[in-house]
Amino acid sequence: MTEQLTREDLRRRVAGLLAENDPQATDRLAFLRARYDAGLAWVHYPVGRGGLGLPREWHSDVERQLAEAGAPDNEPRRIGIGLGMAAPTILAFGTPEQQERFLRPLWTGEEVWCQLFSEPGAGSDLAGLATRAVRDGDGWIVNGQKVWTSSAHTARFAILVARTDPDAPKHRGLTYFLCDMTDPGVDVRPLRQLTGEAEFNEVFLTDVRIPDSQRLGAEGEGWKVATATLNNERVAIGGTPMPREGGMVGKVAADWRAHPEARTHDLHQRLLRLWVEAEVARISGMRLRQKLAVGRPGPEGAAMKLTFARLAQHLSGLELELLGEEGLRYESGRGWEMVRPDKVDFTGRDAGYRYLRAKGNSIEGGTSEILRNIVAERVLGLPAEPRTDKDVPWKESVR
Amino acid sequence: MSELNLLPTPDEDDLRSTVAGFLAKRCDTAAIRDMYDGDRSAAGPVWRGLAGELGLAALLVPEELGGAGASAREAAVVLEQVGGSVAPAPFLTSAVVATTVLLAADATDAARDLLRGLAAGERTAALAVPFSAGSGGAVPTMAAEGDRVSGQATSVAGALEADVLLVPVAADGGVAVLAVRAADATVVPVESLDMSRQLADLSLEGAAGEVVVPAGAGAAAIDRALLTGAGLLASEQVGVAAWCLLTTVAYLKERRQFGRVVGGFQALKHRLADLYVAVESANAAARYAAAALAADDADAELAVHLAASYCGDAAVQAAEEAVQLHGGIGMTWEHPAHLYLKRAKSAQIALGAAGAHRDAIGRLVDLPAPD
Ligand SMILES: Cc1cc2nc3c(=O)[nH]c(=O)nc-3n(C[C@H](O)[C@H](O)[C@H](O)COP(=O)(O)OP(=O)(O)OC[C@H]3O[C@@H](n4cnc5c(N)ncnc54)[C@H](O)[C@@H]3O)c2cc1C
Repeated sequence: MTEQLTREDLRRRVAGLLAENDPQATDRLAFLRARYDAGLAWVHYPVGRGGLGLPREWHSDVERQLAEAGAPDNEPRRIGIGLGMAAPTILAFGTPEQQERFLRPLWTGEEVWCQLFSEPGAGSDLAGLATRAVRDGDGWIVNGQKVWTSSAHTARFAILVARTDPDAPKHRGLTYFLCDMTDPGVDVRPLRQLTGEAEFNEVFLTDVRIPDSQRLGAEGEGWKVATATLNNERVAIGGTPMPREGGMVGKVAADWRAHPEARTHDLHQRLLRLWVEAEVARISGMRLRQKLAVGRPGPEGAAMKLTFARLAQHLSGLELELLGEEGLRYESGRGWEMVRPDKVDFTGRDAGYRYLRAKGNSIEGGTSEILRNIVAERVLGLPAEPRTDKDVPWKESVR
Repeated sequence: MSELNLLPTPDEDDLRSTVAGFLAKRCDTAAIRDMYDGDRSAAGPVWRGLAGELGLAALLVPEELGGAGASAREAAVVLEQVGGSVAPAPFLTSAVVATTVLLAADATDAARDLLRGLAAGERTAALAVPFSAGSGGAVPTMAAEGDRVSGQATSVAGALEADVLLVPVAADGGVAVLAVRAADATVVPVESLDMSRQLADLSLEGAAGEVVVPAGAGAAAIDRALLTGAGLLASEQVGVAAWCLLTTVAYLKERRQFGRVVGGFQALKHRLADLYVAVESANAAARYAAAALAADDADAELAVHLAASYCGDAAVQAAEEAVQLHGGIGMTWEHPAHLYLKRAKSAQIALGAAGAHRDAIGRLVDLPAPD
C-alpha cells in the first residue's frame, strides 16, 4: 500500500526510475512518460494519475534527486497553465476517462494548455461572461470571444468557461469545458504586450464543437469548477516552493553583489527591507503548503499572490535603479521586437523586461484589488461588495 | 535537510489553550490599565499563576534541573498568548532571556542552582541591560571589585518583578555575569511607554554578587540570550498583532455609519486584507524563528533577525490600524487598543530595533552596506 511509503522508499523509487531509464541515454519524452507512470510526476496525485498519494511537500525531494541526476524536466514555464490550473481542476472534477486521457500528456508537456476565461466584457467580473455554449446532440456549439489568453498560440487544449443558461442568474448559468484548440472554429490572434512580446492573445470562437465528454463538472456548475481553478492559479503564481533568493529577489541580490560601485545607503535600506519581505513570503508559502498538505487551496492563496505581486514589482523596480545606466537599455533577447514566446518567464531576460512583465503580476489571475476583496470577504468575513446583479437572470442584468 | 515544521503540534495546541484559558480568566485589561495609574497589583498574581501554577517558567530549563525540558517552540506559544492579552508577566525577561544566560555552556553551579529556583517558579530573574539592547552590540557592563558590584543600568525590563539581577561585569578575562539580589540594588521604577512591562533604573553600590557565567564567557552568553529573546519576542508581537486584527474586524462588522456596516466599505476591507497578510506573514516568520531556535538549526541566527525585523513592524502596523479604525473610541483610555499600541511600539524598539536586525541580515547574507 502506498500509504506506507516512507521518504526513504520514495528516494529508492526515484533511484529505480533512474536505473531503468538512464537520463543521459533515454529520449526526453520517454523519460518523462516513464516518470509519470512511476507515480513520480507529482507525488501528491493519486496512483495511476502520475502520483503516489503522498504528502505534497515530499515532492520537492523527487525534484531535487532528479535534478542532481541530470534528468530532463517537463519545462514547467512552458506548461504552467496546464500544471497549475488545468490539472488540479481535472483531478478534482474530471471523470476517470478524462483524467486518463488528459493528465499524462499535460504533465509531459506533449499537450500545452491555455485558459479561455477572460472576455472583453468580463475580467474581474468573470461570472458575467457572454461566450455561449448551446447543446447540439451529444455535444455543444460554442460562440464568443476570449481575451488575454496566455499561450493560446502554443496550446493544444484549453479550459473554457461558457454560458449555457442565459436565463439563470450569472453565477448559475455557466458550464466548464475542455476545448480542443485545433478545432477549425478557434481563431487565435496575438496581442502585443508592453514588453514588446505577445505572450497573450485574443481568441475568437466560431461554432466550435465540443463533445459532451469534454464537459468538466455538471451543466450549470461552471462557476464552482472555475473557482477551484482560480484558487489553484493563485497558489501556482504566488506559492510555488522556492529556495532562498529564488525568484526576483535573487536577481537583485546578485546585482548588488556584482556592482559595489552602484551601492548607496538608500538602495541598501530598500534592498534589505525587500529581502526580508521576500524571505518572510517564502517562509509563509512553506507554512501554507504544510497546512495544505492534505487540503485544497482556499482563499488563503489570494494572500500569497498579493504579496508575490507587490514584491515582484518593487524588487524589479529597485533592480533597474540599482543598475543605473544599464537600466536605461532594453537590449537582451530581441529588444522590443514583437515575438510570440513559447513560455512565460517572470524572471527571464533582463531587468527592464522583468520590471515591465511584473506589472502583469497584479492583474493576471485576479487583480490585487479583487484579491483584497476575496481576503476581506472570504477570510475575514467582512460584508460583500454591494451588487445589483446577483439574483437577476444574466440576460437581464446590467453589464 | 528536512524542512522545519511551522505548524503547532497537538501538545503545543494544548499548551496554547491552557495558557489562553488562564489569561482569559486571570488577566483583566481593566487591571492592566490601572498599572498606568500606579496600581501594579495585577502583575503579581498573573506571573505567580503562569510561573507557579502552570509551571511555565520551567519550559526552557532542562529536566535534570527540575525544568520541563521544552524548547523555544513552547516558549513561543506562551508568548503569543502573553502578547494577545498584553499580560504584565516577566515571562520574556525571566523565563527566556535570563534563563538563556544561565543555560550557557560555561555557566557555574550557582547558575544551575538559580535555574532550579526559576523552574520552580520560586525565583524571578532579570538581565541588567537596557531593554533596547540587542544582540551583536557591545553590552554595557558594571564594575566589580572581588565579588562586589557597582554601577548603573537604565531602562531594564523585568527588574521590578525580579528578586535576582544578572549583571554583566567587566572582568580581567572578559565579561562575566554575576547574580545580585535585587534587594541589594536600588531599583527605581521608570514611567514607561508600556506600563504593562514597566522598566526600572538600577543602581548598585558594592552589592554582593555571585559568578553565574565566568569571565570570558559572559559576552557570548548575553548575546545568545538577547538573540533568543528577540526571536521569541516576535511571537509576543504576533499575539499583539492578531488581537488587534481580530478586534478591529469584529468591531467593523458591527459598527454602522451611512446606513451600512462600516466594514463593508472597500477602503477599509482592503486595509484589513493587507493587515491580514502582514499578520499571517509575521506568524510564519515568528514560527520559523522559534522552530529554528528549538532545533538549534544552522539558520537560527538569520531566522531570528528576520522575525525580529518583520514582526515588530507588523505589530505596530496592526495596533496603529486598530486605533484608527475604531475612530474616537480607539483614542480613549477606556478602550484597550492603546494598551496594545504601547506594547507594540515599545516591543518594536526592544532587543534591537528593526533596522539593526536588518543590518545584521545584510552581514549574514552578504548584502554589504556601501563603503
Ligand atoms: C499578463 C496577463 C496574462 C493573462 N492571462 C490570462 C489567461 O491566460 N487567461 C485568461 O482567461 N485571462 C488572462 N488574463 C486576464 C486577467 O485575468 C484579467 O485581466 C483580470 O482578471 C482583470 O480583468 P480586466 O482586464 O477586465 O480588468 P477590469 O476587471 O476591467 O478591471 C479594471 C480595474 O478595476 C479594478 N476593479 C474591478 N472590479 C473591482 C472591484 N469590484 N473592486 C475594486 N476594484 C475593481 C481592477 O482591479 C482593475 O484595476 C491575463 C492578464 C494578464 C495581464
